[in-house]
Amino acid sequence: MIDNDYMSELTEIKRLASRQKLLSMHFHAGVGHIGGNLSSLDVLLVIFHDILHGCDRFILSKGHSVGALYVALWSTGRLKSDDLDTFYKDETLLAGHPPSWGVTDILFATGSLGHGFSLACGTSLGMKLQKQNGRVICLTSDGEWQEGSTWEALIFASHRKLNNLTILVDHNGLQGFGRTDEVASMSPLWDKLKCFNVDVSVIDGHDIDVIRKTLLQPQDKLHLIILKTVKGHGVSFMADKMEWHYLPMSEAQYQIALAEQERL
Amino acid sequence: MRRQFCDAMLKRAANQKMVFLTGDLGFMALEPLQKALGERFINAGIAEQNMLSVAAAMSKTGMEVWVYSIAPFLYARAFEQIRNDVAFHALPVKIVGNGGGYGYGVQGPTHHAIEDYGVLLTLPAMQACIPVFDEDLDAAVSWIAANNLPTYLRLGRGEQPSDFQVPLFQPWRLLVEGNGPVVVVCGPLASTYIETVKAMEESSRPNLWAVSVLPLALATPPPEMLRQLAKTGKLIVAEEHVQRGGLGSELTLWLAERGLSPLRFAHLYAMAHRFERYGSQSYLRRQSKLDPLSLQETLYSL
Repeated sequence: MIDNDYMSELTEIKRLASRQKLLSMHFHAGVGHIGGNLSSLDVLLVIFHDILHGCDRFILSKGHSVGALYVALWSTGRLKSDDLDTFYKDETLLAGHPPSWGVTDILFATGSLGHGFSLACGTSLGMKLQKQNGRVICLTSDGEWQEGSTWEALIFASHRKLNNLTILVDHNGLQGFGRTDEVASMSPLWDKLKCFNVDVSVIDGHDIDVIRKTLLQPQDKLHLIILKTVKGHGVSFMADKMEWHYLPMSEAQYQIALAEQERL
Repeated sequence: MRRQFCDAMLKRAANQKMVFLTGDLGFMALEPLQKALGERFINAGIAEQNMLSVAAAMSKTGMEVWVYSIAPFLYARAFEQIRNDVAFHALPVKIVGNGGGYGYGVQGPTHHAIEDYGVLLTLPAMQACIPVFDEDLDAAVSWIAANNLPTYLRLGRGEQPSDFQVPLFQPWRLLVEGNGPVVVVCGPLASTYIETVKAMEESSRPNLWAVSVLPLALATPPPEMLRQLAKTGKLIVAEEHVQRGGLGSELTLWLAERGLSPLRFAHLYAMAHRFERYGSQSYLRRQSKLDPLSLQETLYSL
């Protein structure tokens, strides 16, 4: 999927530029969803810079974090600044959720939660049956584990021992209209997942080195990685605030957010 | 048609790209296919939503993917997976629904598939194949496998008279000729009218057509049918499908757009799930006025 020419280790400079780009895109488009994008950006950057090779494939199940995915593709040279400038504009290829056509590295249109894990299962099994090398990585949200189809996929992947499949959970603890623990608590989610014949890791979702190391662990069965993240990570007034699932930034807020990135 | 379907699939089993997923259905029918396909026969369990997304993704990796279950468990339960994952990406997944129409009869409304192709054909690139005769399956399966679009295959049961010579599988087939109105029927229901229509006087006997492919953009009404229609101006469409979204509405729209609307039109269709009593497929057809006698009455009153 990602050509090796584009591979370059994720550096703090690239990480900072990506955070600035993500904020800028959302500010100039005047749109929300920034909170969940900020919680996903770090892992997406690690995946696209340091993990994916050759035939590896990635599926974004939490489609509302597509802004962070576009930025990760930009950061690795797969999208241009001009492309990102069209975000949310008429005639853009870069829709507000992953589009079905037009972006090579986006395999599936997602956005309705509960599809990505199953799509990842099918990709993984299709590659195995055709003796294709490579791994499949899928990023889910934590709220998404309220979807029954996600559990159908877990049963399937566990039963079939899909050892070329890694499922990530962006565990930021917030969903559309409340805290996941208050809406439909499965806390702690990882204890439930451990009951299936799978490997489960629980890690800091903003520690680049830990994410990289965990993703590079050899696996002989399905690996589920819980990323403990903060919605709105890195912006003081957004951090762990549900409303930043929806709100666009004002000019003043945007300037504060940008200034805070330099100090991170 | 299930056995014939299995036989047709067995002929494809050597294709290493072919994979078959079932939602835990196929007991006493698909065992030969299971044996022939080995690891490419996947019982995905009682989890149809996951199965359809898995099918879409396997198709994206380059496999020829067939998905099988009782029809509504596919198109109704997993509609969003068919819409988002299969149709939005125009992936040529083959969705095989058993028990088309009232095929599951007395098993009750949850198992009936009477809004299947109407619902599915609202989706981009989707096509439907509705074989009329058990003998169609070999050709129907080859046709579906050879084309590159998402396809719904509705399995039912052919019920033609034993002495009837089954014509080769085609999107449109003239089963019985006459000088009366045009009767267009979708799928195996057409086979149940052959005997009755044949017995009618030639002057009033309708031209009985069977349709096996939808939408009509892929199965243009043949000129011969249009000539017959122009002669009598009378059209009846019969289908084991609800009134809305089926062949009746599609064909009348197609004709209207071309200034070919019939002078008289009647639609025989499945009366939704309104019954308080259940019974066999033929009982439910009678309740819906889809039986041969009801067709005859409609012909006389048109």
